[in-house]
Amino acid sequence: MTTLIKYIKSFTLFELMKGLKLTITYFFKPKVTLNYPNQKGPISPRFRGEHALRRYPNGEERCIACKLCEAVCPAQAITIEAEPKPDGSRRTTRYDIDMTKCIYCGLCEEACPVDAIVEGPNFEYATETREELLYDKEKLLRNGDIWEKQISENLKRDSKYR
Amino acid sequence: MTSLSLELTIGILKIFSFVVPVLVSVALLVYLERKVLGAVQLRKGPNVVGPFGILQSFADVLKLLTKENLLPSSSNKFLFIFAPMLTLILSLIAWAVIPISSTYVIANINIGILYLFAVSSFGVYGVIIAGWASNSKYPFLGALRSAAQMISYEVSIGFVIITVLICVGSLNLIDIVESQKNMWFAIPLLPMFVIFIISALAETNRLPFDLPEDEATLVAGFFTEYSSISFGLFFLAEYANMILMSSLTVILFLGGWYPPIDIFPLNAIPGIFWFVIKVFLILFVFLWVRATFPRYRYDQLMRLGWKIFLPFTLIWVVITSAFLFYFGLLPN
Repeated sequence: MTTLIKYIKSFTLFELMKGLKLTITYFFKPKVTLNYPNQKGPISPRFRGEHALRRYPNGEERCIACKLCEAVCPAQAITIEAEPKPDGSRRTTRYDIDMTKCIYCGLCEEACPVDAIVEGPNFEYATETREELLYDKEKLLRNGDIWEKQISENLKRDSKYR
Repeated sequence: MTSLSLELTIGILKIFSFVVPVLVSVALLVYLERKVLGAVQLRKGPNVVGPFGILQSFADVLKLLTKENLLPSSSNKFLFIFAPMLTLILSLIAWAVIPISSTYVIANINIGILYLFAVSSFGVYGVIIAGWASNSKYPFLGALRSAAQMISYEVSIGFVIITVLICVGSLNLIDIVESQKNMWFAIPLLPMFVIFIISALAETNRLPFDLPEDEATLVAGFFTEYSSISFGLFFLAEYANMILMSSLTVILFLGGWYPPIDIFPLNAIPGIFWFVIKVFLILFVFLWVRATFPRYRYDQLMRLGWKIFLPFTLIWVVITSAFLFYFGLLPN
């Protein structure tokens, strides 16, 4: 009897029809595609994207040249040089990040005691040459100025979990 | 203008009136395939070039045309270039006998189905020549597989066609369609219809029988070494063959240009409309099957062809002819 049912099933293409039925139901289901440049997916406040150096609201740089980020960086992508300013405070003269070395682990922002270096929400910074990815202090500060609003909001939203 | 040159002009115009729509529907079919596969996988498919992305395949053709045509240094140059041309020409000349409506056909010859069968069997030469001329192992294996596969499935296609011919009593394609005015052959010959569709998939190297161009084992099969427009010609020929096989299915089993039921609002619509609708319906089934089933293993493919389809169609030919003979329904 079971062999008979097996033969009937295979000659009526029963299993194949079942498969076809399944795919046709998927054919009419709503699609999950995002039209990327026009539509974008949600991003977590912890998202680790392009780096930025932040400033205090009065325009002063946050970075105190403690070099903790340089020390913790596992890819050794950060280079810092510093000297005291006329008013006695320590400030960086050079703050470079080699974005081709960076592994986006987020340890630099963990290490920073003053929340100066952060990884912002921006991930669309592809360049045409390798040299453009060797970020210097000026570029990082500019990023900080552009993304400050979103960065501070993200830090606030994430602060209760830290 | 003399009557000869007038006739020639009309003939050429008639040929163009077939070839241009076929090539345009190839472009549409490629677009449709990507859309259908996308929809089944919950994607949207191409939607950027033109409205709903409908111009995507034209953009792809332009890209292929502007690329460099690479000739492998160890290949047989003449055959390497000749193979894609042959494949495309063979898939286009078959259209000479396809009747779009009861009056509109390039050549109304009384052995139309035999001509079609011959031309579609020739199709394998393009593939074999391409595989051999490339002088490389993957194309060669692809060509061998293709040859074996096409021959195996042509046998069962032959028997299916014979069953239809026994019911019609003519080799003329217009006669075949006209004998289906009251009842499409898909209903009384349903098993043959199903076998014909499956064999057509194997004949056009479509999934789940696309072993000649099996990406997983043969890179791209017989056109691995091809680039630029010579690759484009193979691509074009494959899809033109799909359209040809589905219009053959429509002519043999789905009543060609006749509407589903012969009542007023339906039979007022011109027959060409019904023909195109049915062809695209069959093509949709091809794409649907592609989206659903995994690829056959090679020995399974051969077993299906020789040990199941061949005996089955053979028995069905005997049953059909015995039935027709016993009840005196054989066409004179």
